Amino acid sequence: MSDTSIAMGSPSEPLRFHVEGEHHVENGTLLGFWLYLMSDCLVFACLFAAYGVLGRNYAGGPTAAQVLELPVVAVNTTLLLLSSITYGFAVLEMQQNRRAPMMAWLTVTGLLGAGFIGLELTEFAHLISIGAGPQRSAFLSSFFTLVGTHGLHVTCGIIWLITLMVQVGKKGLIPANKRRLMCLSMFWHFLDVVWVGVFSFVYLMGVLP
Amino acid sequence: MLAHPDLTQLIFGRLTIDQLPLHEPIVVGTFIVVALLGAALLGAVTYFRLWGYLWHEWFTSIDHKKIGVMYIILSLVMLLRGFSDAIMMRAQQAISFGHSTGYLPPFHYDQIFTAHGVIMIFFVAMPMVTGIMNFVMPLQIGARDVAFPFLNNFSLWMTISGAVLVMMSLFVGEFARTGWLAYPPLSDIAASPDAGVDYYIWALQIAGVGTLLSGVNLLTTIIKMRAPGMTLMRMPIFTWTALCTNVLIVAAFPVLTAALAMLALDRYAGTNFFTTMLGGNAMMYINLIWIWGHPEVYILILPAFGVFSEVTATFCRKRLFGYASMVYATVVITVLSYLVWLHHFFTMGSGASVNSFFGITTMIISIPTGAKIFNWLFTMYRGRITFEVPMLWTVAFMVTFVLGGMTGVMLAVPPADFSLHNSLFLVAHFHNVIIGGVLFGMFAGVNYWFPKAFGFRLDPFWGKCSFWFWVAGFYFAFMPLYVLGFMGVTRRLSHFDDPSLQIWFEIAAFGAFLILLGILSMLMQFYVSFRDRERLRDVTGDPWGGRTLEWSTSSPPPKYNFAFTPCIHDIDAWWQMKQHRYQRPLQGFQPIHMPKNTGAGIILAGIATVFGFAMIWYMWPLAIISFAALIATAIGHTFNYHRDYYIPADEVARVESSRTELLGHV
Amino acid sequence: MSIKALRGLLLIPVALLAGCHTVLMSPSGDLALQQRNLIIDSVLLMLLIIVPVIALTLLFAWHFRASNKEADYDPDWDHSTMLELLIWSAPLLIIIALGALTWVSTHKLDPYRPLDRIAAGHSVPADVKPLTVEVVALDWKWLFIYPEQGIATVNDLAAPVNRPIQFKITASTVMNSFFIPALAGQIYAMPNMETQLQAVMNKPGDFEGFSANYSGAGFSGMHFTFHAVSEDAFAQWVQQAKTSGNALSRDAYVKLQQPSQDEPVHRYATVDAGLYEDILTNCIQPDSMSCMRNMKASDAGAMRSSNDSTGMAAMPTAHP
Repeated sequence: MSDTSIAMGSPSEPLRFHVEGEHHVENGTLLGFWLYLMSDCLVFACLFAAYGVLGRNYAGGPTAAQVLELPVVAVNTTLLLLSSITYGFAVLEMQQNRRAPMMAWLTVTGLLGAGFIGLELTEFAHLISIGAGPQRSAFLSSFFTLVGTHGLHVTCGIIWLITLMVQVGKKGLIPANKRRLMCLSMFWHFLDVVWVGVFSFVYLMGVLP
Repeated sequence: MLAHPDLTQLIFGRLTIDQLPLHEPIVVGTFIVVALLGAALLGAVTYFRLWGYLWHEWFTSIDHKKIGVMYIILSLVMLLRGFSDAIMMRAQQAISFGHSTGYLPPFHYDQIFTAHGVIMIFFVAMPMVTGIMNFVMPLQIGARDVAFPFLNNFSLWMTISGAVLVMMSLFVGEFARTGWLAYPPLSDIAASPDAGVDYYIWALQIAGVGTLLSGVNLLTTIIKMRAPGMTLMRMPIFTWTALCTNVLIVAAFPVLTAALAMLALDRYAGTNFFTTMLGGNAMMYINLIWIWGHPEVYILILPAFGVFSEVTATFCRKRLFGYASMVYATVVITVLSYLVWLHHFFTMGSGASVNSFFGITTMIISIPTGAKIFNWLFTMYRGRITFEVPMLWTVAFMVTFVLGGMTGVMLAVPPADFSLHNSLFLVAHFHNVIIGGVLFGMFAGVNYWFPKAFGFRLDPFWGKCSFWFWVAGFYFAFMPLYVLGFMGVTRRLSHFDDPSLQIWFEIAAFGAFLILLGILSMLMQFYVSFRDRERLRDVTGDPWGGRTLEWSTSSPPPKYNFAFTPCIHDIDAWWQMKQHRYQRPLQGFQPIHMPKNTGAGIILAGIATVFGFAMIWYMWPLAIISFAALIATAIGHTFNYHRDYYIPADEVARVESSRTELLGHV
Repeated sequence: MSIKALRGLLLIPVALLAGCHTVLMSPSGDLALQQRNLIIDSVLLMLLIIVPVIALTLLFAWHFRASNKEADYDPDWDHSTMLELLIWSAPLLIIIALGALTWVSTHKLDPYRPLDRIAAGHSVPADVKPLTVEVVALDWKWLFIYPEQGIATVNDLAAPVNRPIQFKITASTVMNSFFIPALAGQIYAMPNMETQLQAVMNKPGDFEGFSANYSGAGFSGMHFTFHAVSEDAFAQWVQQAKTSGNALSRDAYVKLQQPSQDEPVHRYATVDAGLYEDILTNCIQPDSMSCMRNMKASDAGAMRSSNDSTGMAAMPTAHP
């Protein structure tokens, strides 16, 4: 909010009713993007809720303990958590205005993200091949949708990352691009947080008896 | 092409010539009328060479005022469609007794009540509310535009895209026959295999993107862009209600998106979220949809409360009574609106404790709402009330809304709800609060802010005609439904056996006819006001003796709203300026930084419409192409860095001095 | 004035409504009667505040009109602590009263709760067992199975007067709502789930029953007659079905289940054993993948934790 002292005037003076000169408002992009993320968070909340309701409805099909493979997911989780760290390094470089190392870290981030997606797709393909596709039971429907929606977000993040790298390449680290990089940073870390939820709630609790 | 049925199917999916309702005379007739009117409109636009003007000044405009106006135009157009549905239903129910089955077969009737609900909520009430917030709120907080002007234009076009899809369903295929919330298992692919539910899903998903982004946008605007001195507790009440409404939008619409996405997956991918087989649970959909659906009604009513607050204070020529308690009441309603959703299905078998919990939380909402009513009442007390059209709507609202509130609390008592649920009593109740609350509020708002938007007032004679027809029509149309509810008549029936009910339906149909006259008077009001605009001209910018900032600038406001950003010291900022005999500055203008128009919004929404249509009809290649185009265009748009410009100081000076000249003539 | 007297006063408009057969205001079952009284009491409570508000609105609007120069005008009066306290506490007090009423009545009139009285002042005799009726909402007709009598009917329901009835309710494909306004409130009928209604009829007569939740094309014709009759007449009504000679086998059910509109009354002399449970658990085709018994067998203990025989809970939140 833009409460500034120029507006007030001292008690002895008459009240001022307008700002002399041009009034600059704060940029709202980061706040707006954060609000968007909160709404996205609610989409995930609904999918988590659906999984909570349906996650044990195996309908005679495979159970979570039968189909979920923790080692693969552990690798997957590591990739994604690392990618958050490397994005953090990229932001540090961005703040120093060092373009080349920043681009390098972004590349690493993108590759880690792609690795995550690759592993996830392999897992999905395997499940479908053994007859545990999303149609088999309500548990599998909610599992595929929750995990898949997260994966879709990561994919969007990678596309965005590439776009931003092209834009930084063309325009350099201008304020608009820095703002965009910060938005993507929030998005990327947000997906990490969601994944921690998916990992604990779906995978860890799923393999529990 | 016909030689290759596979190819035809690949391109057109399941859309065949049989899907066009050529055998339905009513639909064909409607189509001919719409086509003729549409052709006439397009012809006129071409003849008067208005395409360039429309494109540059309106369609691509990122000016929040023009976007607000376009939202309201959308809503009025859709009101005509939604009301046609209403009057068809009323006619059917008035004649379909005993051996007569009326003129609408269930196939058609069921689409009509579904479309009526969907259109009235999503494409009449929502755009009207969003439109008024868009137009008024930035002016009230002394801002130049919203936080994300391009996004605002994009949101508008996405909403229009959803409306276009719903309208298409009238002539291409059919609309859903499920009721406006599309409960599974009825909306599952097994019970509703046709394209109707898919129209429903895609129209709402596409429009939902617009609504959500607009919520984020307006919320950011209110938080970040208030003029200096405007603390939260100095915001005009309408801005407060806009703030709360947008919080609700951001926090509720994702739930709708998720619920509809799961329904779509059930229909398209064969998943088992809400099916009756393999572990699905339809009750989850009903819970999710109402977790969105109940806040939705507050999304609609809160801005109406805001309008009434502004209107009452202005036309009573008095400060609003109990500003702080009004604000707290609004916030309390916002929070509580999330704790009541289960009252929409007490009859689903929840336990007594769960039901009473949700019943009591529902009743608690009536406390802040009651406090608001009292605040308006005591604003009128010791006021100098002038009964201009907006004030008439406000008084009618106060009387009508408390009745609707009372029947609402009756429905909140679970054992009473067991008898009244799904009956015409329920239908009467929610029309009582939505017409008597939201619609009256929006009509008050349109009459109140019209001179701000166009520089001339709306004709009061036709405004009063419209008012009296609407109010009388409302009581005639819905009081009989309360009685019918007590007679145990349930909703959504297309045929009745008991002839003793008929008289009540006939009275209700008469009420609908009165409302028709109300709508026609309103159209007449727009026409007459436009014709007599010189007579109704307002050059002061403050025709009603307003109290808030929007009345401090000219009517219509310049592109930049305020040549100098105002400073705020009081809730009624403009009133205080007038008390201090504030003189607007006549020199020292500076260049003003403004966003530039862009066609990206309309193009993206156009592609989204194509994508939605392709998905509805299983035209997979088209769906893939249009989706790729959508992503590519969106990315392409991000490469446009030249999104703003400066209005030169000379230009500002010229605009302001022409206003000075006008003011001098008064 | 006591609540009783107020209720009497309100009976004037109620009587007017009753004059045009408003079944909700002149019901014939004890549950519906208590629901009616609750409606009246809650309206009375709310009228305490609604009437003054409407009256004051009109009064203020008239008195403080601009042309009335007699009226006070105080443009800066915008706060009064006393008034604000009053306008928050008055609705609060009413809601506290109504909330208490709601809590008590919701528990007392819970449709799942076995009845403890037949009518005001008449408790259920110890030797009377409730009549069980299994209700299935089909597309678009009602199937009633009487397990004790071993008969079934379509679109025709009967029960003895003053004997508690236990309805067990489910549906075949889509959601409906089982509603006999004269008897008691409605409850949803949902596929693969069972809801319950415990009710009793106090007056003999033929009453209308129907689906109160839109369920598709044949919804308007989905109604039936509920005959509240004496024990003897009920026995005759059962006999009528017994002599019909029709059998409701699984095959007959599969045929019956096909969508049809405005279905006439059918009567069945016999019903296949366990038919209702099979409908409820999707096991009409016992080897089908969606039969819940099979699901239960293959992932024992993995089903939702519910302790009724069917393994299904009918509630979004577990019913106590």
